[in-house]
Amino acid sequence: MATLQVELVAVEKMLWSGEASMVIARTTEGELGVLPGHSPLLGELAPGGVVTIRTESGEDLVVAAHGGFLSVTERGVSILAETAEISTDIDVERAREALRRAEQDSDDPEAVAAARRAQSRLRAAGQDA
Amino acid sequence: MAGSLRALRRRIRSTQSTKKIFSAQELIAGARIVRAQARVEASKPYSREITRVLSALAGSASLDHPLLTERENPRRVAVLVITSDRGFAGSYNVNVLRRTEELLALLRNEGKEPLLYVVGRKGETYYRFRDREMEETWTGFSEQPGYENAQEIGRTLIAAFTAGEDDDETGGGADDVLGVDELHIVFTEFRSLLSQVPVANRMAPLVVEEVDELRDERDAQVEESHSTDITPAYEFEPSAEQLLDALLPKYVTTRIYAALLEAAASESASRRRAMKSASDNAEELAKNLSRQANQARQAEITQEISEIVGGADALVSANADD
Repeated sequence: MATLQVELVAVEKMLWSGEASMVIARTTEGELGVLPGHSPLLGELAPGGVVTIRTESGEDLVVAAHGGFLSVTERGVSILAETAEISTDIDVERAREALRRAEQDSDDPEAVAAARRAQSRLRAAGQDA
Repeated sequence: MAGSLRALRRRIRSTQSTKKIFSAQELIAGARIVRAQARVEASKPYSREITRVLSALAGSASLDHPLLTERENPRRVAVLVITSDRGFAGSYNVNVLRRTEELLALLRNEGKEPLLYVVGRKGETYYRFRDREMEETWTGFSEQPGYENAQEIGRTLIAAFTAGEDDDETGGGADDVLGVDELHIVFTEFRSLLSQVPVANRMAPLVVEEVDELRDERDAQVEESHSTDITPAYEFEPSAEQLLDALLPKYVTTRIYAALLEAAASESASRRRAMKSASDNAEELAKNLSRQANQARQAEITQEISEIVGGADALVSANADD
């Protein structure tokens, strides 16, 4: 079976790379799934979004990716994110706390961005945001 | 005589304790270089990918984004200088600041007015002491810069650049805010543990720097597909122009972040070298001083002996007279 070569890159380091059978992401235009053989695509990830990488073994790797891009070429998929966290590393309590704090002053654009980040972390961890 | 011996011993003690401080600093800087180099390496995949995406986009979108267009008559120019927060780093800051002065002189010769944006307490002190105006300063993270620092700097610079778009001879133009027409950055490039070179680059209007590897790759692709002669047709979500809008500021921020990381590695390398020669010097000094101290002690003993012998002689001759 054909697979996708996926790279998940955050600014500070390469978070994950390997073979996957499918990548599901949400761009600013809408949800999209990438299977092997997908035509080349560049997309901007929606703020507060979650990227799911289905690995070869059928497991889902859920990632909270914020402020990023998705690039699909014939060689594979790269997910670029300013901040990204894999669901298993996410501290739900801290994300909730961050969301609560950020929602208190919703006028500040910084706080809005922080709220989005917290939401995407919660969603990736499978919690309600 | 005894007094000078005591003074020498005191100097030896103080030299040895400063030497301890120097070698501790050397060890700390050594550990920091390793970490800083690892961070430089870790940040490379992202900048490689973002460059790749940008090149792909450049092939498809019309490139009339403000960050990419040369302004006809550049008047005000932003210069971002990256220095360290702490001293004890040898010629590190001096070199960056000298390179900056060269750039400033060059810009003035071209009839442009340079504005300073300074990172690091040392640079800030330097310009404040000389009563030079600084537009903005950031301090406190020169040894361990984070991406959020780069974002903050990037936001400020891009805002200034955007505000400069409609400036004219008389003032701030439509938005009445004086901005800048070019962005330059001066930082220290980390070539190796032994060589760190201050460099000055222009960040905006942008010249997309193609990574060598990327160019080779493209050449290979071109060879593969020379008969068809088409670049892969990308789909864009949202449109290519909107993507470019979102991507370019991030690209600038990535460049600033990379510069901060390189500068941090260079700073630690410089500091380690400076501290190494300082502790070597301290050791040399302590060695010379203890030689002098030994000499002084020996002179003291010799003098005591000759006094005793002299005294004994005097007693013997006195007894012989009786």
